[in-house]
Amino acid sequence: MSDRPAAIAIEDLVFGYRPGREVLRLDTLTVAAGDRVFLHGPSGSGKTTLLGLIAGVLTPTEGRVRILGQDLATLPSSQRDGYRGTHIGYLFQLFNLIPYLSVTENIALPCRLHAKRRARIGGGLDIASEAERLAVRLELGQFLTTPVTELSVGQQQRVAAARALIGAPELIIADEPTSALDTDLRDRFLELLFECCDEAKATLLFVSHDLALGTRFHRVLSLPTLNTAGGR
Amino acid sequence: MLTLQLALRSLRNRRLTTILTVMSIALSVSLLVGVETVRRGIRESFAGTIRGTDLIVGARGGSQQLLMSSVFGLGAPAGSVEWSTYERWARHPGVAWTIPISLGDSYYGYRVVGTTSAFFEHYHYRNDGNVTAAEGRLFEGERDVVIGIEVAKTRQLSIGSEIVLTHGLRGTGISDHEEHPFTVVGILARTSTPVDRSVFITLEGIEGMHEGMAPESPDGWTQPKFAPLQLPGADGASATPTAPAPPPMPGAAAPEGEGLATSADEHAGHAHKLTAFLLGTKARSASLMLQRQMNTDRVEPLTAILPAVALTELWHSIGYAEDGARIITGAVLIVGLLGMLVALYSTLQERRREMAILRSLGAGPGRIAALLVLESGLLAVVGAFVGLGLVYGLLGVGQGLAERHFGVYIPITPPGSLEWLYLGGVIVAGVLVGLVPAWRAYRNTLQDGLTIRL
Ligand SMILES: Nc1ncnc2c1ncn2[C@@H]1O[C@H](COP(=O)(O)OP(=O)(O)OP(=O)(O)O)[C@@H](O)[C@H]1O
Ligand SMILES: [Mg+2]
Repeated sequence: MSDRPAAIAIEDLVFGYRPGREVLRLDTLTVAAGDRVFLHGPSGSGKTTLLGLIAGVLTPTEGRVRILGQDLATLPSSQRDGYRGTHIGYLFQLFNLIPYLSVTENIALPCRLHAKRRARIGGGLDIASEAERLAVRLELGQFLTTPVTELSVGQQQRVAAARALIGAPELIIADEPTSALDTDLRDRFLELLFECCDEAKATLLFVSHDLALGTRFHRVLSLPTLNTAGGR
Repeated sequence: MLTLQLALRSLRNRRLTTILTVMSIALSVSLLVGVETVRRGIRESFAGTIRGTDLIVGARGGSQQLLMSSVFGLGAPAGSVEWSTYERWARHPGVAWTIPISLGDSYYGYRVVGTTSAFFEHYHYRNDGNVTAAEGRLFEGERDVVIGIEVAKTRQLSIGSEIVLTHGLRGTGISDHEEHPFTVVGILARTSTPVDRSVFITLEGIEGMHEGMAPESPDGWTQPKFAPLQLPGADGASATPTAPAPPPMPGAAAPEGEGLATSADEHAGHAHKLTAFLLGTKARSASLMLQRQMNTDRVEPLTAILPAVALTELWHSIGYAEDGARIITGAVLIVGLLGMLVALYSTLQERRREMAILRSLGAGPGRIAALLVLESGLLAVVGAFVGLGLVYGLLGVGQGLAERHFGVYIPITPPGSLEWLYLGGVIVAGVLVGLVPAWRAYRNTLQDGLTIRL
């Protein structure tokens, strides 16, 4: 495992949405490949901002963010988008799905956007069959053609998880994907997510303000502790 | 390809707005193309009304007035032409044929055209067609009347119907020529020209009808004057050797009531006046010279016009009205496009989430902008073609109506380069309009990052 580059390697990161107003200041943060990391912090502490930096949607004001050894800031923005789509699966808190696409179409999207991700589908399956396989794996077998607007919140989150997992991206980032689920659903969802991440040997960075979830991860990080912005 | 599929699905998802937007663009496109087609149709129809005639000659006056009154049955003629003058020009060595025309009467608002059989022989319209009788025969005698198809239909006339014509062009009533009824002997085949809305009688018929009437028309418009007949009861067919100035042309005086006046000279014995005459030259190149000669005639001041030139002048003079119509349709199109802008722009807020999702999946802001441009482009393309279809649909329905009510035949032709230019312009404008929400979405995408804003 150690011969693989770190999934996430952050050094001397400074970020502010506006000049002079720092939101984040991190000395180092490293997530090893294959790790299952829990990051927590109160609302407004900069969790989503950090994920944006890791995903290459935001560019650091100072410092470096390397994903799988690649410094995203050195890539032109179009390649950065491609890099994200190819290597990162992203899960939002809520409303993860494109409302006008079906369940399988939503799941298949990353592979249709990125050839490399399509190429990583194993077992000689095409995109649609792989999307279907993942849907079934995430217990969505009977909703393949249901309009996503007719799914329950828990079902929607599982569709989003399937979409994040398709084409085996190395890094799965989840921004409070369980906050809208009740405890039972949340546990079942996490279980499935873990199983699938293990199957795909993916690194998982899971963000939540709900500390109670932390026990199920390899590593628990507190953003307010790491973040020294604003003299904290 | 994926972007196109996403655009299509997204439009389908917002079905109602999509349909409304497409319809508003389609309507403006159909107006734009429709006005153009009708404009060109009217021009072609007018140009097709008179073919093969080299010169139209009438009393000195405006060329538009002459053209309109003599061929299109619109407005009153400027004056009259002496029979002797007509005869003189008819005999001109450069002239192949002439059609005398005497106007000034009407039948329930339809124009009465006094002419000779030369009209049916030499008058050509679209595609060089002749005016022929669809039912019955052409006129021969003084009491014969041949009517256009529209006259027959609206007045419900058939072969053998007796009709009374009215002096002057207005209505019926006090100045009906009741004492001189005519019998319908023929109904003309449809020509889609003003001929369909005209009533044709012989020059002798005109004369006979006006027998004993005051030479000046009572309602003020210039009524061709008819001199009292020298031989009471005489008609063209019974021109006798006693008439002064016997026709010099061989075989001109038709013997024993044959009645068919085939040559203008057969009327030499009559001192009536004409409203105008149409003329064909032996060599078309002589038209201009002949026109100059006529316009500078010392004996009687005449106006001779080349139909095509006069039509061009006409289009030139009504150009401002066409420009006005174009400006209005252009404005309607702009409103349609603005409607699309509003429709797309107003969805941006609710679609911010969708944009953030696409962004998280590795779609760049450029792709997201492209999605919106594609959507507006699709709306414009579909709108443009639906509009084109609408034009042809409406033309199919309107063609018959225009033909029946205005004698204007609007040909349905495949879209020409101007139509394609319009369509292309609408599509380009649609894409340009799409750039506005696209730019906004681009900005939103960069600003929002992976934050989902509700
Ligand atoms: N697009 C933006 N422009 C300017 N400031 C922003 C933007 N997004 C977030 N911020 C600010 O950055 C700080 C961190 O926000 P962030 O969304 O990262 O918090 P968070 O930890 O994800 O909170 P939550 O748990 O509520 O999602 C907040 O103070 C917020 O106001
Ligand atoms: Mg957040």
